[in-house]
Amino acid sequence: MAEMAASGEEPEILFWVGCSGAFDDRYKRVTRSFVQILEHVGVKYAVLGTEESCTGDPAKRAGNEFLFQMQALTNIEVLNGYNVKKIVTACPHCFNTIKNEYPDLGGHYEVIHHSAFLQQLINEGKVRVKDGESFKGRRITFHDSCYLGRANGVYEAPREVLAALDADLVEMKRIRANGLCCGAGGAQMWKEPEPGNKDVNIERTEEALATLGPAEGSVIATACPFCMVMLNDGVKNKEQEENVRVFDIAELIAQAEGLSK
Amino acid sequence: MDNIGIENIIFLIVAVVGIGLFVWQIRKIRKNVLMGRDMVIADNPKERINQTLLVAFGQQKMFKRMVPAVLHLFVYVGFIVINIEVLEILIDGIFGTHRVLGFVGVLYSGLTALNEILAALVIFACAAFLWRRNVMKLPRLASGVEMRAWPELDANIILVTEIVLMLALFAFNIADLRQVQLAGEEVVGAYPISQLFVNVFGGNPTTLLVIEKVGWWVHILGILAFMNYLPSSKHFHIIMAFPNVYYAKLLPKGKFTTNPAITNEIKAMLDPSYQPPAPETDADGNPIIQRFGAKDVEDLTWKQIMDSYTCTECGRCTAVCPGNITGKLLSPRKVVMDTRDRVEEKGERPAIFAPNHYKELGVDRVPVTEEKTLLRGYVTPEELWACTTCNACVEACPVGIDQLSTIMDLRRFLVLEESAAPASLNAMFTNIENNGAPWAFSPADRFNWADELYVPSKS
Repeated sequence: MAEMAASGEEPEILFWVGCSGAFDDRYKRVTRSFVQILEHVGVKYAVLGTEESCTGDPAKRAGNEFLFQMQALTNIEVLNGYNVKKIVTACPHCFNTIKNEYPDLGGHYEVIHHSAFLQQLINEGKVRVKDGESFKGRRITFHDSCYLGRANGVYEAPREVLAALDADLVEMKRIRANGLCCGAGGAQMWKEPEPGNKDVNIERTEEALATLGPAEGSVIATACPFCMVMLNDGVKNKEQEENVRVFDIAELIAQAEGLSK
Repeated sequence: MDNIGIENIIFLIVAVVGIGLFVWQIRKIRKNVLMGRDMVIADNPKERINQTLLVAFGQQKMFKRMVPAVLHLFVYVGFIVINIEVLEILIDGIFGTHRVLGFVGVLYSGLTALNEILAALVIFACAAFLWRRNVMKLPRLASGVEMRAWPELDANIILVTEIVLMLALFAFNIADLRQVQLAGEEVVGAYPISQLFVNVFGGNPTTLLVIEKVGWWVHILGILAFMNYLPSSKHFHIIMAFPNVYYAKLLPKGKFTTNPAITNEIKAMLDPSYQPPAPETDADGNPIIQRFGAKDVEDLTWKQIMDSYTCTECGRCTAVCPGNITGKLLSPRKVVMDTRDRVEEKGERPAIFAPNHYKELGVDRVPVTEEKTLLRGYVTPEELWACTTCNACVEACPVGIDQLSTIMDLRRFLVLEESAAPASLNAMFTNIENNGAPWAFSPADRFNWADELYVPSKS
């Protein structure tokens, strides 16, 4: 972003990478897949690089409003400094925070989750979902992220993106507005679960595995870095990583488009 | 007016006392709700009316579960329609008239017939509800630490009372119908159900008159008593559901509240020349110092307290809570019920104040602590820390309760006022402060993902 600004250019979109996208080894692959798609369709985009900082979402959900606002006000200063208007992010938590909570603090942007952005690219024919791996006949089930679904009402976009894959889409029982959390929201990602008789991610993974059945090469599709971690752990816990893999919708599209190495 | 007798005067006195007592109780509850913090909800009246029509009048969210939705619909429609007849009962009672609305003819026959059918459906639905609660023992209705003595008794009192009220209505109708038939007079109105049972009380005119009177008095006294029972009961939702849905959050569920007092503090910290606005003052000109987050009920907003008076303890929130499903202590319903109990402990009390009846079973609903505040005295940190903020509870609630906002405000108090977050969360805070990320990575490495980027050349 700094380079573009220095040369007087303005990007069409700012890709907000998020902490998971920047630091989590598994989710860095999602970041790279999404960037490959951006490059492929020739969108003029920018990233903040090292100028990006946590949106403050985990602090806010944990009750630390003070730290959240410190982060938010600092980020808003950077974003407004670059005159950013449109932000795309692959993280529903960043998406929710920037879209819904930054305006009260002076940050007004058009914020899009990457599911909606990918859906648009597919609808416009810019991504044809050809030339790559075929998903025809493979079983895929989509896990709704709370902060994308219930929190912001985005249920269709990720499903339409997956529909483009021509795969065998199967739905779990608890979906959309009735979707079951992966267990990571509300800052649970950074703490041990409170005492109970089961972990939430196991409950959800069991539901996903039961839905997918024994078919090999099945996929649990997610659109959130935390859901991905939780469900990956769940699949490992159930020793099903041979049969079932957890992918972000951007990775699936990049694979189908023949963009991933 | 010569048909007004001593009976009518007694009725008038009873009705005035009953209604007066109800108003007196409502004023107490109003005072309790206003114990909460000020919050202005005056935006988007059109959208709010729509929401009220759909969710409250239209019962939209009830239909997520078909069986209880249909049973509840019988009782709900029955309640509304039968109350039109109650109007007639009031007039007949005061002026000594008999079926005063009878002059509308066919319309009256339609109304009385509909009334009878609905009354039968209400009896059926209430019996089914009793069955689900006491025999099937559906987990969402029968289990959970909060569903002890009083909530259980309360639910059964409501259902049995509704059945008794309907039976009284039938007794009155049957006895009345039989007397009219015996006298060879024309029947005013239509009574398809009473018709079937017209002979159950025999043919003695005196007995029939007594039964008619008793049925009438039980029905009307029952209604007045039930009305005065509402403020102490979960059944109060029949009134509160409407305003509570009207005032329910319209914003995306993911948008949590922002505290402007904190914004001012940070702005002043970042920019020494920033002049924060003067703090609000009370009537004596002393600045109002608000706690960050909520420790007790007066730290909640009036809407959050209204939520607690709207809750009918159906447990749909708890049944979908990921924490509760996986055996953790958290139950969103308990948080809401605790709020009401604590409000009445601290503020005004309606006719029956029974929050601690559960203790009579020897089961403490909350760990007993020195503090009697909502936080710790009722809701424990362990419950609060089990929440994933997933909004499933808010989505499930048919009457517009925002359980999550109360959970979050209690959490905020723990963190902002007591620094009592779990150690791992404190570590996460420190990481964000120092590295700008919730994990211990160096901010200088934030762009490293691009080093391994593979972008195929376009052909």
